[in-house]
Amino acid sequence: MFYRENGQFKTTYREDQQIFPIAQDRIAMVVLLAVGFLLVPMLSSEYMFRAIFIPFLIFALAAVGVNILVGYCGQISLGSGAFMAVGAYAAYNFFVRIDGIPLLVALVLGGLCAMVFGILFGLPSLRVKGLYLAVATLAAQFFADWMFLRVQWFTNYSPSGSVSVNNLQVFGLSLESPLAKYLFCLSVLVVVALLAKNLVRGAVGREWMAIRDMDVAAAVIGIRPMFAKLSAFAVSSFVVGMAGALWAFIYLGAWEPAAFSVDQSFKLLFMVIIGGMGSIVGSFFGAAFIVVLPIFLNQFLPFITGIFGVEISTAGVSHAELMIFGGLIVWFLIVEPHGLAKLWSIAKQKLRLWPFPH
Amino acid sequence: MAFFLETLLGGLMAGMLYSLVALGFVLIYKASGVFNFAQGAMVLFAALAMARFSEWIPALGITDFYVVNLLAFIAAGAVMFVVAWIIERLVLRQLVNQEGTTLLMATLGITYFMEGLGQTLFGSSIYKIDIGMPKDPVMILESAFEGGILINKEDFYAAIIAAALVGLLSMFFQKTATGRALRAVADDHQAAQSIGIPLNRIWVIVWCVAGVVALVAGMIWGSKLGVQFSLTTVALRALPVVILGGLTSVPGAIVGGLIIGVGEKLSEVYLGPYVGGGIEIWFAYVLALGFLLIRPQGLFGEKIIDRV
Repeated sequence: MFYRENGQFKTTYREDQQIFPIAQDRIAMVVLLAVGFLLVPMLSSEYMFRAIFIPFLIFALAAVGVNILVGYCGQISLGSGAFMAVGAYAAYNFFVRIDGIPLLVALVLGGLCAMVFGILFGLPSLRVKGLYLAVATLAAQFFADWMFLRVQWFTNYSPSGSVSVNNLQVFGLSLESPLAKYLFCLSVLVVVALLAKNLVRGAVGREWMAIRDMDVAAAVIGIRPMFAKLSAFAVSSFVVGMAGALWAFIYLGAWEPAAFSVDQSFKLLFMVIIGGMGSIVGSFFGAAFIVVLPIFLNQFLPFITGIFGVEISTAGVSHAELMIFGGLIVWFLIVEPHGLAKLWSIAKQKLRLWPFPH
Repeated sequence: MAFFLETLLGGLMAGMLYSLVALGFVLIYKASGVFNFAQGAMVLFAALAMARFSEWIPALGITDFYVVNLLAFIAAGAVMFVVAWIIERLVLRQLVNQEGTTLLMATLGITYFMEGLGQTLFGSSIYKIDIGMPKDPVMILESAFEGGILINKEDFYAAIIAAALVGLLSMFFQKTATGRALRAVADDHQAAQSIGIPLNRIWVIVWCVAGVVALVAGMIWGSKLGVQFSLTTVALRALPVVILGGLTSVPGAIVGGLIIGVGEKLSEVYLGPYVGGGIEIWFAYVLALGFLLIRPQGLFGEKIIDRV
């Protein structure tokens, strides 16, 4: 009833091709931004920021990056954790080795380093496809794991191998409180998501999708596979690298290479698959799901088993968590293989016709 | 020279163990087109089952060492059969005709589930499997080289077991009716179905076979390293083997395993000291990648033909 575009006539191509052609979508977006920037900071506790919102924002950013590569360009990657690691460690090195470098510049430089790394490990994609490529990208993962553990220069010769940053500032404002961290991450996310959205609906994005759908056919009609694949790797690893730097700087503060293990890569891939491949909004859904689910299970499992009078140990909870997590993923794939984004678009379609089904 | 040969032999024997895990991947991929990430979890699950059964069975009054181990093996095999059946029923059958990535993700989900379930059912401490493999190293070829070549007997027996299993599997695939049906399904699902081969049953069988392979792998790795959670990473060690040999080729898994095993050991010994050690994991992947650049479908994989 409310979600209907009757009467919204488009008189120019510009109007027809904007990001949100339907007025209700634009309003919803403004409301969402207002909630994100104003309402959430007013209502949330420090715990909420730290446990839910900041990880969600950073993972959403990373998921957008992975989605560009996996969802839009169709190159399955299990090396996202490595791109995060490169971004984090590169930003760290710029941050500690160059005096007075602004945080934002360090983050972007970290992203650029991750981009170079991504292009390098994206080269095999020109020869190797599909599952073979997925396994080949694991090479990047294990190489990065090894590099940051063994090459002391990257960790600034810290004896324990763990590094830390403090005194973070942006434009003279301190980033110590959870609220400031939250707002900073949110701003970065909004900017990058907008850029990503515009990229995927532009010429480059259409090339990526053509390569994804059938690379030989795309090459035949004049799309350069090398440019399309490598640019997808470059953009994706830049965004993922930025997310990695944020994760290390803002969320962790002090970290070691294990923070970016292969588990992280799997998690990111889960977010993309569960959220919806080839959908920017899907990345947000996926990130929310993967971030909130373990917290939810952790809090509620002891409570639920308590109702049935069964005491459950901490180890038991973590095992049950694994089982429920795995089970839910399989269930999701069976019920909706195209992810939460598909459910979202079905709901929107239904709303447009509501209350008359035809 | 003796040292080189020693490293080479050690690599070959380690490679045999990798191919054992890789074999599980290849079997399932051939028959159902699923890249089974859960193979590592299956190895852990089977090894946990075996270790715990061999602890529990003596309580029933059976004390003979070999009988206990045999019974534990059979019981763990039965458990793997149930697992295969449940996976086929609840997951694969629901996901027929989905894309490769969806299936891959589903097996990742299964991985988490089995890791959780295995540790809930069988406990999460470190267990040991003792199947009576001798642990002492021996010297061979002492007449040919000064000091001879040191060989780990355990690795040697493990390699023999692996080789025997591979032989048995190829017999099964070549000579039995079920084996022929499996090969038919692997070649072409639809054609196989149209001549009356029941796909669902074939899938259960092939996951069972993969389960048994996982059990043998878990038994050998478990007796080498102890049964613990880190056993799941064995699958990650075996992945380069699979892509090097080709996802669809049993001989590929074996040759690939030997190449990776030797490559890892030689690189660790001769290259490792210069770059700080611990390179064997990523070196295996880079080695596999190098082969892929020349043959994108792996050494023995079927040629990929793209049609528009």
